[in-house]
Amino acid sequence: MIPALFDYVRAGSAEEAVSLIAQHGEEAKFLAGGHSLLPLMKLRLAAPSMLIDLGRIKDLSYIRDAGDHVAIGALTRHHDVQHSTLLATANPLLAHAAGHVGDPQVRHRGTIGGSLAHADAASDLPAVAVAMNAQLIVQGPNGKRTIAARDFYRGFLESALAADEMLVEIQFPNLTGGTWSFQKFNRRAQDWAIVGVAAYKHNGTAGIGLVNMGSTPIYAAASSAAAAGGGSPADAADLAVQEAEPQADLYASVAYRTHLAKVLVRRALEEAS
Amino acid sequence: MQINVTVNGTAHSADVEPRTLLVHYIREQCGLTGTNIGCDTSSCGACTIHMDGESVKSCTVLAVQADGSDIKTIEGMAAADGTLHPMQESFRQCHGLQCGYCTPGMVMAAVGILNENPHPTETEVREGLEGNLCRCTGYHNIVKAVLHCAEGASK
Repeated sequence: MIPALFDYVRAGSAEEAVSLIAQHGEEAKFLAGGHSLLPLMKLRLAAPSMLIDLGRIKDLSYIRDAGDHVAIGALTRHHDVQHSTLLATANPLLAHAAGHVGDPQVRHRGTIGGSLAHADAASDLPAVAVAMNAQLIVQGPNGKRTIAARDFYRGFLESALAADEMLVEIQFPNLTGGTWSFQKFNRRAQDWAIVGVAAYKHNGTAGIGLVNMGSTPIYAAASSAAAAGGGSPADAADLAVQEAEPQADLYASVAYRTHLAKVLVRRALEEAS
Repeated sequence: MQINVTVNGTAHSADVEPRTLLVHYIREQCGLTGTNIGCDTSSCGACTIHMDGESVKSCTVLAVQADGSDIKTIEGMAAADGTLHPMQESFRQCHGLQCGYCTPGMVMAAVGILNENPHPTETEVREGLEGNLCRCTGYHNIVKAVLHCAEGASK
């Protein structure tokens, strides 16, 4: 399968990328690692007239200790997030979840910014971002602004990013000393989750994000509040689907997904207790 | 668009359409047909090659993205005199192949695993090969071959 014709240009910096997308309009798309976009283009489900390749912006690939949070450049690859020694102590849930994206070959190319901006409710990292309310730094023609992950996801493959904005950095809270769990239920090793759960507890706070339980990644606010307030895993899990809007597909009915989400949230909170 | 890549140690320069996939460039323009196209949707791993020393699925990389990189394919694994790479030899000895279609990608993925983790457990090998499908379901001997190769390297 071969993508439809497109023009190709490389951006040397975030500023250049933003100015290129302003010039070329909504038919242009940013290309990071390409592991979400290229499959869609090969299936001709996407046919941008221009790709703006961000892959050579090396200064947007970093994982930095910033005290109360860890700052990660948008072009940092899943492989580097998975194996980061800083994240191993400061945010092991994120590192662990990055190791569940695709397979090793995919993790060598795919980037954290690409995955979060693609806004696929079935992928793992957006749910991690909403669980801990990561802060997304985006750059537009008039400079940078910050969007909380829980305000970022608007609909199916739709985010709060404007057409002329680019995600440049993600700030994840430093959760050193906390407990966490990542539950991914799928049929085959490299599949997307039928349902997934990212959960953490840290200094009296708790956050739970659900994978594939709606058109956006879901922040399970009621469950999170119950878990933070000392409720039992089973009681918190009963509230797991309050914010969810699961849909049926080839693998699972709405009833099955609903049941599975509660089971996985309970298991996650038991593991994170 | 003009690209320059090194493939198995040989410098190549070519004019490619931006939409040319790296696997098509390798097979059709470099004439190296050892890299197979399987699912063409980045699931099966048959097209796995090394790009700057790391395993990638060449059906999901544009040739223009590979500009300036060092590519290694299955043809670049054996020595010039025909001596097989230790991983290829391990696949031969452990009968790590049946129909052979997935084998080039399996070997490249397996070498990639040992590059990052020279002494993996069986579980780590199985997880490391999660991006490669064998439709003969010959996984058992493939895993054995990778472990055999890792043992050989430690002697």
